[in-house]
Amino acid sequence: MKTFGIIVLPGSNCDSDCFYAVRDYLNQDAQYVWHEERNLDKYDVLMIPGGFSYGDYLRPGALARFSPAVDALVKEAEKGKLVVGICNGFQVLTELGLLPGALMRNKNLKFICKYVNVRVENASTPFTSRLKMGQTIKLPVAHKDGNYYVDEDTLQQLKKNGQVVLRYSEDVNGSVDRIAAVTNKQGNVVGMMPHPERACDPLLGSSDGMYILGSMLDHLLKGGF
Amino acid sequence: MENGNTTPLWRTLGLTDLEYEQIVSGLGREPNFTELAMFSVMWSEHCAYKNSKPLLKMLPSKGQRVIQGPGENAGVLDIGEGLALVMKIESHNHPSAVEPYQGAATGVGGIVRDIFAMGARPVVLMDSLRFGSLGEGRTNYLFDQVVAGISDYGNCIGVPTVGGEIYFQNCYQKSPLVNALCAGIVEQDKMQTGKASGVGNPVLIVGATTGRDGIGGASFASQELGEDAEEKLPSVQVGDPFMEKLLIEACLEAYETGFVVAVQDMGAAGITSSASEMAARGGVGMELNLDCVPLRAEGMAAHEILISESQERMLLVVEKGKEDQIKQIMEKWGLHAAVMGRVTDDGWLRVRYHGEVVAQLPAQLLAEGAPQYVREGIPSEHLKDIQDLDVAALQPPADLECTLLELLRSPNIASKAWVFEQYDHMVRTDTVIKPGMDAAVVRIKGKKQALAFTTDCNSTYCYLDPYEGAKAAVAEAARNLSMVGAEPMGITDCLNFGNPEDPAVYWQMQRCIEGIKDACQVLNIPVISGNVSLYNETELGPIYPTPVIGCAGLVDDVSRLSTMGFKDDGDLVLVLGEDKGELGGSEYLQMQYGLVRGKPPVVDLEREKALQELVRELIRVGLLKSAHDISEGGLAIALAECALCGERGIEVNLSTLQRPDAALFSESQGRAVVSISSDNLEAVLTTAEQYGVPATVLGTVGGESLLIRVNGEEVADVPLSQCADHYRWGLEWSMKGL
Repeated sequence: MKTFGIIVLPGSNCDSDCFYAVRDYLNQDAQYVWHEERNLDKYDVLMIPGGFSYGDYLRPGALARFSPAVDALVKEAEKGKLVVGICNGFQVLTELGLLPGALMRNKNLKFICKYVNVRVENASTPFTSRLKMGQTIKLPVAHKDGNYYVDEDTLQQLKKNGQVVLRYSEDVNGSVDRIAAVTNKQGNVVGMMPHPERACDPLLGSSDGMYILGSMLDHLLKGGF
Repeated sequence: MENGNTTPLWRTLGLTDLEYEQIVSGLGREPNFTELAMFSVMWSEHCAYKNSKPLLKMLPSKGQRVIQGPGENAGVLDIGEGLALVMKIESHNHPSAVEPYQGAATGVGGIVRDIFAMGARPVVLMDSLRFGSLGEGRTNYLFDQVVAGISDYGNCIGVPTVGGEIYFQNCYQKSPLVNALCAGIVEQDKMQTGKASGVGNPVLIVGATTGRDGIGGASFASQELGEDAEEKLPSVQVGDPFMEKLLIEACLEAYETGFVVAVQDMGAAGITSSASEMAARGGVGMELNLDCVPLRAEGMAAHEILISESQERMLLVVEKGKEDQIKQIMEKWGLHAAVMGRVTDDGWLRVRYHGEVVAQLPAQLLAEGAPQYVREGIPSEHLKDIQDLDVAALQPPADLECTLLELLRSPNIASKAWVFEQYDHMVRTDTVIKPGMDAAVVRIKGKKQALAFTTDCNSTYCYLDPYEGAKAAVAEAARNLSMVGAEPMGITDCLNFGNPEDPAVYWQMQRCIEGIKDACQVLNIPVISGNVSLYNETELGPIYPTPVIGCAGLVDDVSRLSTMGFKDDGDLVLVLGEDKGELGGSEYLQMQYGLVRGKPPVVDLEREKALQELVRELIRVGLLKSAHDISEGGLAIALAECALCGERGIEVNLSTLQRPDAALFSESQGRAVVSISSDNLEAVLTTAEQYGVPATVLGTVGGESLLIRVNGEEVADVPLSQCADHYRWGLEWSMKGL
């Protein structure tokens, strides 16, 4: 049994979605981590869920860095622990500098909630090992600020290093190179705008999110990189 | 009390001379300024339902599942296994007319607080919206900003907006309607009430600080919107959804302690209403000290603190000695919590500020003492004229294919994806049937049953015949639930009308409520909560009577649902129910001839009931592949919607005695389009006969186009892709004036 720690920031609202996805579909130990906790040793994976942490005031994800749990998460990430930021969690990870780039307001300036198709661009990460290179999966997006931006040089670096993990099949929000998910250079931290935790039950329209959660579990079970 | 010139102060504050006299006689003295300000908001139409209460008493509110009917913060239904559904709809029309973004956002915030005030976790939001005709600058602006306000607020608090309805009619040009519905789930033994009790128990104000925003909002919402409406901007509240999200979590955590005795949100009329209503319900009094209220503005006067409508605040009565534990929970979530008073036994609301008693009033008089007005309703003289329609005199269109496409793209029919894709309708991972279908369905994790929701009202019907229109609204809501396989359980209604002092408007209200009553009785659905919004009227006249029906249904087995999309080529397409060629009040008549006239379709309630029971039964036994109700745009539009949703064409023939356009676009009620596997035809026909519902095979699913014949003659053969373009983009085309 692996332990998934789900950071609860004030304003997180996909924390329970992550919790049920891990507990009821991945059948692993899911635990909420209050934003004031300082020791995150016991968790095998850390998840920053979607939502509007600190009301998205200033900039989405910007204020989360002042929370003790996020501070501790940065240290765990540096040690090589798996860290997943989904939606607002992705925004937090870019604000922290754990991931390159920034997430700007969607191109149409509106919130977008719908299913999108994403293509797997690197199938050998801890988050995509159950998928094939080039495979298309269906995941929901729900964000107002998912327009991923990096400068041209960084983009080339990301591509070269295989850090681009998922790309939208069609332009959704204006993201550079239609990027939907990226990892850090080491490959243990991922940020994604689509919500795998919302796609675990075919009853709701897709269970493709299980590929991503399952890949992480496989990675942990085989003992890491 | 006069304010310098000749107008007495109470009139400036919106009270009549007679109401002022009643206050004086109730008190045995003249009220002071602070007290008068409190009366002016509590006795406003918005808070006191002066003109509607006697009529609302007609509505059936009892039923097997009803745990709480009207009178609390929200209605409550028993949904089995120890769980309850809490539901209410509320209007935020007046603020949205002046400041659409904040008006709509705070409308969402307010209704959500009503739900968690009952102890429930909010799980569903819906919005019923009405605007003027699209393409005009101000209307586009109102539409865009209302949707943005709902989107930003609802998305942030993590409650999915799973549906609703949107209509465009000239009568709403300056009086848009924004009605927000929220539903929540609570374990029955953890329900909270708004009934204060326990002498000496502390009264806590929690959540946001109190400022000058929204002062007099309730009174503002009880007047017509005049030329000076813009000046009412200070009456509009400002929302902070982040604060609301924290407040939801903090309150739900506080309830878990078992120390919360009573709770109420602070909506219209702020502290005044929550304190007086909680005291009046519990038959107790309250002593309040305004010096303890956390303020966000300096130098606030007593009356300002008392009637401020600052958002994201709750009033809690907690067990004596446990206030610190509750405060700790609030502080954990970063919220203010201050003891601002105590429960007393004398039934009086006694308010102190700066060491002086500034108000001293019987809670009952304030909360429940407003006079009720029974007026004489007189139908408008124009009614006979607008009901008159000579269909034979209307030249049928030469090209019905073109008419079909025009209807598909018309804003009242076209897809509302532009709107609901701005709402997070998937958060909480329970939304099984998403927006854009007959009804939305949300599951309850770990349970077999699921909940279905819809809001409905065709106000054109209500304008042409308020009784039949309101009946049809209830029938359609129940029908929509039946189409997904849900049994209607209870209604929350939002009754929007013009100025009730106008006998023609009062008559509309009376007839609408009678229509709702009759439909509810036959269909056996109680009304468990609701809201009335009057004075939706400008110099352009009153809005169409708009009794919005929010209805909740129960699905026994979440694995047995139905949706509208055709599923497989070769399936048979059937229509259940009977067409009576009713074009009065139809979308077709408005779109093709620019006419809003005629008698609207008449619902035969017994036949309606049979149809709904039949569809639910067919879904239950697994005989249907799809089901969709026939409403605006008639049979042709219903067929197109099923085809578009399932991405499959059809080939059908309508055998009819009506003229072709009537056969395609008549809006006769009590009908549904279903598709079935051809193997099941006999079983379906037999069951339909048992229920006494006519069932007619129209044709088959398949191909790439909508191929429609009438009495064997082809009237339309439109590629599905062309239909899809019109349906998908119609709303945005209309916004651009195309």
